[in-house]
Amino acid sequence: MTSKKNNPCADGTCRVPTSQRPQTISTDANNGDIGALVTVVIDDQEVKVPMGTTILEAARSIGVKIPTLCYHEDLCIAGVCRICLVEVEGQRTLQASCAYPITQPITVKTHTAKVRQARRHILDLMLSEHYGECYACFRNNNCELQSLAKEYGVDYFRFGHPEKSRHKIDRSSYSVVRDMDKCIQCRRCVRTCIDLQEVGVLEALGRGDKTEIATYLDKPLGDVVCINCGQCINRCPTGALRANDPTDEVWAAIDDPTKHVVMQTAPSPRAGICEEFGMEAGTPMTWEMNTALRRCGFDKVFDTNFTADLTIIEEGTELIIRLYKTLVEGDTSMPLPQFTSCSPGWVKYIEHFYPERLGHVSSAKSPQQMFGAMIKTWYAQINNIDPADIVSVALMPCSAKKFECNRPEMCDSGYKDIDYGLTTRELAQMIREAGIHLPDMPKSDFDDPFGTATGSGVIFGATGGVMEAALRTVIELITGKKVEDFYEHADIIPVRGFEGCRYVELQIPEEVGPVPDLIKHLVPNWDWVKGATLKVGVAHGTANAKKVMEDIKAGGKFSECHFIEFMACPGGCLGGGGQPIPTTPEIRAARARAIYAEDAAYGKAGKPRKSHENPAVLRVYEEFLKEGPCGHLSHKLLHTSYTPRGKFIG
Amino acid sequence: MLTTQQEKLMGELKAIVEKHGTDRSALIPILQDVQKCYHTISDFAMQVIADMLGIHPVEVNSVVTFYAFLNEKYHGKFVIRLCRTISCEMAGKAAVARQLENDLGIKFGETTDDGRFTLEWANCIGMCDQGPAMLVNDQVFTRVTPEKVHDILQMCEQSFGPHTLQKAEEHVL
Ligand code: SF4
Ligand code: SF4
Ligand code: SF4
Ligand code: FES
Repeated sequence: MTSKKNNPCADGTCRVPTSQRPQTISTDANNGDIGALVTVVIDDQEVKVPMGTTILEAARSIGVKIPTLCYHEDLCIAGVCRICLVEVEGQRTLQASCAYPITQPITVKTHTAKVRQARRHILDLMLSEHYGECYACFRNNNCELQSLAKEYGVDYFRFGHPEKSRHKIDRSSYSVVRDMDKCIQCRRCVRTCIDLQEVGVLEALGRGDKTEIATYLDKPLGDVVCINCGQCINRCPTGALRANDPTDEVWAAIDDPTKHVVMQTAPSPRAGICEEFGMEAGTPMTWEMNTALRRCGFDKVFDTNFTADLTIIEEGTELIIRLYKTLVEGDTSMPLPQFTSCSPGWVKYIEHFYPERLGHVSSAKSPQQMFGAMIKTWYAQINNIDPADIVSVALMPCSAKKFECNRPEMCDSGYKDIDYGLTTRELAQMIREAGIHLPDMPKSDFDDPFGTATGSGVIFGATGGVMEAALRTVIELITGKKVEDFYEHADIIPVRGFEGCRYVELQIPEEVGPVPDLIKHLVPNWDWVKGATLKVGVAHGTANAKKVMEDIKAGGKFSECHFIEFMACPGGCLGGGGQPIPTTPEIRAARARAIYAEDAAYGKAGKPRKSHENPAVLRVYEEFLKEGPCGHLSHKLLHTSYTPRGKFIG
Repeated sequence: MLTTQQEKLMGELKAIVEKHGTDRSALIPILQDVQKCYHTISDFAMQVIADMLGIHPVEVNSVVTFYAFLNEKYHGKFVIRLCRTISCEMAGKAAVARQLENDLGIKFGETTDDGRFTLEWANCIGMCDQGPAMLVNDQVFTRVTPEKVHDILQMCEQSFGPHTLQKAEEHVL
């Protein structure tokens, strides 16, 4: 039952009522009857499963396929769609296999005439309310409803089919578009938003045939507390939820010869885009994608990792300033722990739910926005391009990035720092439209002057990655020694993994080095950190972020941390709301492997793996940001401020 | 809504929540009390209750929209629910409905301007053998005739005091 490992409902840490949790009973060493194995016969195959296993899980374990719609591995059980009906011997009615825990030996039949007819009727009923044309839908060929219709041979609409749209498409949000005409009310988005993310934007309003999946008082999505994480998009079985798609505008910019269109690509899409081209999850496509992007017509292709490294320097310096101010000078104006700021979903989450804690959030912009500001200033300068002619596009695994680049304060370069945010899915669409089969592309490198990146930037994509990258740099800056002396291959394993909230302590050695030139003007020496214990935390998924925040409020161990990494999406960016659909714990783990492999490859190739060794970053501090990290110019371009929004929905 | 009124309402809601506790399962009794007190469950009340129970406003909204006896829209002091299912229909519900509409000057689904009466349909209240049946708040009336409608309304009118509506008005402001 590996699928249950990361499901918060399964380990009891989730807030859903007990009745909706999977009821697996764990074995008890002292009492053989508890959690004992039960024998089930499914379609004449016998299998022994632990008591409490659902029929669906038991069937899957022996390769019997039962269709599902409302069931999702990451979510608690709803049992609302009924497509998974099966016949259980001795039961008068058909049973929903996803919600039937096995507690005694039973015999199950999964495709009798009765079952097939019931499923077909359920589908026909769904289609009788489903307004949408598959060929004009972004989920065409990747839609669970469509494939079920094919599987069950739907060739006419038994109960009719709506001729007219009944819902206005909600385009109020920069990130998520809701087209409720296509909704089948499976409530996966509801469970995602409430249980998995604990944001609580969507619910079923009304009753019976009047039920609609809606926001609070049916307000536009842009007006409620949605953090734009897009997790609901990734789990929706149909085209009812999708990201706000700017590909038309991006094509228009490419087709305009007066525009200089630059693209930056984040690490997670490179680990995920293979899935859009039918390849196995976790096949990195970084270098093939560079070629494909150029062939699509982008003038330059840059690596967001460059600004990931820059972020580490800026955020790391800010951390050092915070520590020095608080611990040495007793100045509490910049509170500890410092929170990371690179996940725009998390930023909006804290703006809504913990606005009183915004002082903890690092003022450093996210890598995407730093890059935007650098492109329209330094890059424009050294290449003699009018920034007004530059169209800056960012490829991100994330739907919240679309909101972020449209924040009014993100115009520090004098222009809109980032013009368009594209998701992995949208770029795959553009590549397909250009007639390119990505895996066939020859490999090519990123463009200068930002070309060289480090492995530290790459791992930003996985949960714990920002922390690991920051630690690599902070440890070296303080000790003057190589991280490899402390951690084999510079892999700081304790901060890795998929556990929801992680707390790690690191010992700073008694021997410290001299303060490096880059930050000499900020701290006189390292004597004050000698032998200290650095306490750090990592949380991914806003439900876990909430746990950490509540722990801090209650004065728990996370309140003693110095630095905490927060990512809005489960798994970090690699599980972002702009990544290919579907998403499961296995797929996310495969993407993480691809990301760590790319980081390791930097090491093998003898390329730098630590942000402060990135030659392009050092060049920027020499030529452009001359006052160094957290200096005047970098404050203007690379740092930002936040808006306390509160959770009251006005 | 004015801040002072908001604060007052907040205090009253707090008292109601304290009475039932902050467990998720207390939500319905809390909402029933709020409905009884104010004849509506306003936007503000839903958000305050959600906050006190540590759940999301949209979840409260979901419960309120699910149950017919909990309402986002202001309901009159007397909510008249006439059964519209088949046995009441056959026993002459149409004439009763017409009489109600005429006497009150409103249609089903509406509330009188003075905020006293709301007319609504109900689906079977279990009085099929004694139709037409209707509910006035939680009181059941059976074998209602157009003539009886007048008496029932009269009885309701008489129970109004001068300040009966004050609280509710504040709440919807
Ligand atoms: S949601 Fe699925 S079934 Fe509906 S139009 Fe889109 S592809 Fe077709
Ligand atoms: S984008 Fe995230 S916060 Fe917004 S509705 Fe979807 S799951 Fe909820
Ligand atoms: S929007 Fe999608 S996920 Fe949400 S209920 Fe509808 S079909 Fe299911
Ligand atoms: S998948 Fe079992 S009821 Fe929906």
